[in-house]
Amino acid sequence: MDNKNVKAKRRAYGIVMHGLSGLCAALTAALVLFLIAYVLIKGIPNISWEFLSTKPSYLTDSVGILPDILNTLYIVLGTLVWVLPLGVGAAIYLTEYASNHRIVGAIEYAAETLSGIPSIIYGLVGMLFFCNFLGFQTSLQAGAMTLVIMNLPTVMRTTQESLKTVPQSLREGAFGLGAGKWRVIRTVVFPGCVDGIITGCILAVGRILGESAALLFTAGFAHNIYNIFVDGLSGAGATLTVALYVYAKEQGDFEIAFAIAAILMALTVIINLVATLVGKYYQKRRSI
Amino acid sequence: MKVKTKNLIENIVHGIFLVLGLVTVASVLMITVYLIVSGIPAIKEIGLPNFLLGKKWASTAAEPSYGILPFILTSVYGTAGAIVLGVPVGFMAAVYLAKMANKRVRTVVVEAVSLLAGIPSVVYGLVGMMVLVPGIRKVFNVPDGASLLAAIIVLAIMILPSIIKVSMTSLEAVPREYEDASLALGATPTETYFRVSVPAAKSGIAAAVVLGVGRAIGEAMAVMMVSGNAPNMPELFQSVRFLTTAVASEMSYSSGLQRQALFSIALVLFLFIMLINATLNFLLKRDKSNG
Repeated sequence: MDNKNVKAKRRAYGIVMHGLSGLCAALTAALVLFLIAYVLIKGIPNISWEFLSTKPSYLTDSVGILPDILNTLYIVLGTLVWVLPLGVGAAIYLTEYASNHRIVGAIEYAAETLSGIPSIIYGLVGMLFFCNFLGFQTSLQAGAMTLVIMNLPTVMRTTQESLKTVPQSLREGAFGLGAGKWRVIRTVVFPGCVDGIITGCILAVGRILGESAALLFTAGFAHNIYNIFVDGLSGAGATLTVALYVYAKEQGDFEIAFAIAAILMALTVIINLVATLVGKYYQKRRSI
Repeated sequence: MKVKTKNLIENIVHGIFLVLGLVTVASVLMITVYLIVSGIPAIKEIGLPNFLLGKKWASTAAEPSYGILPFILTSVYGTAGAIVLGVPVGFMAAVYLAKMANKRVRTVVVEAVSLLAGIPSVVYGLVGMMVLVPGIRKVFNVPDGASLLAAIIVLAIMILPSIIKVSMTSLEAVPREYEDASLALGATPTETYFRVSVPAAKSGIAAAVVLGVGRAIGEAMAVMMVSGNAPNMPELFQSVRFLTTAVASEMSYSSGLQRQALFSIALVLFLFIMLINATLNFLLKRDKSNG
């Protein structure tokens, strides 16, 4: 009798815990599905060619998001130009050069700290340092520089991971043939970490697209169209996320907000897909 | 001669890489110094006890008062609420995905979780504004749904991916032998997962929770859109303001002491985050040395 009771209890425990954990996983998946479906259904009907290709005008009382799209693109480019050399260089230093434990510890601790700092603090310090101290004013450049610091740990970490997979024997072979360290890095190590750099790039682009708090006070929220070759990054401008915030919260214009949200959602899905595919591609190539 | 130039180049390149490596350290120092230097003056002027424990924030009143206790408590309660809601769901989902799910389900759900991590926070805020806020108003019959509860729910969803990912990594690193031994002793698979694998992965799971705390306490935009943004003491159905949103909402039009007080709020937030980071590092190190 007692034995039977225990058996029943164990069975119940198994069923309940298994069921609960399955339910939680299903709940998470359902949440994602709901978010995507809701945003797309609410947003897509408001997207038109005119919406994508014009700027907001008080004369015709129409709203277009071309400036926001361009600004997002500029900020992405302006950030990557700086963050890639910095992040990749730091990773190469850590895995190839560094011999002093204290310096390695300091750099790694700094990277961990950076990745934990909330974006609103980046925005604040970016405003103080880049806009006020260095005199960039509120501009795309200041926003991009702020995002450089923010994305540094991401690029550094992915590059470091892929550098670790470059076989030590390749380096030793090159050294054995008489190559200097710099030459080994250029010809052997660097080609081996391209996949890490690409992954870092994709992750950084995803983060830049989604960032808003760090840009609000550094890049501002103007809806002007700039020509990157003429104006550079000196003007102030809203990215898509900042524009979404302004339209939804300050102006209460939810149709436009949902249209931008739908575009952002689609971009997020695409970026995630590309990241997965790139990861798979390099995994396959490596295993050959 | 040739060897000399080669050595010179090597040394220069070494130096350049060292500088690139130290940029991260310099950035952290810059952020810390800027926050401390710009955050201290207001605290000095207002007085630390008045600043931290003052219950009233009225920065634009004729007789301004700068007490940030409401913001601190809101951030603490909001984060605690998000953890209470998010951690059980995230933890159970992680166990399911790491141990029970078949390969296809696992791939799909893991992909969905990464997507959840990639959705911009303003999109969460927007959906929260349009779905949660009216929903709370109707269900609980309160005058305004923009409240602490709405913020808690949004934060709970936003921390799910961190919790699931980190817990999964840690659960997957549990040595197979532990589970085999448990199964061989007659435990069912479910018992093994929850009573052997989970305790073995506990540092990693704790790290996941701490990471979630860090994410939740630092989130600004999504919270700003659903929490109502009035500097009240926190109550579940009150319009509230977090540490992050206190900085964000007044920064654009602030000046003088008010502006300096905002920097001080950022300093307080920064100290919270550093504390959380230190805890996280400690837990992750312990997890590594255990495994």
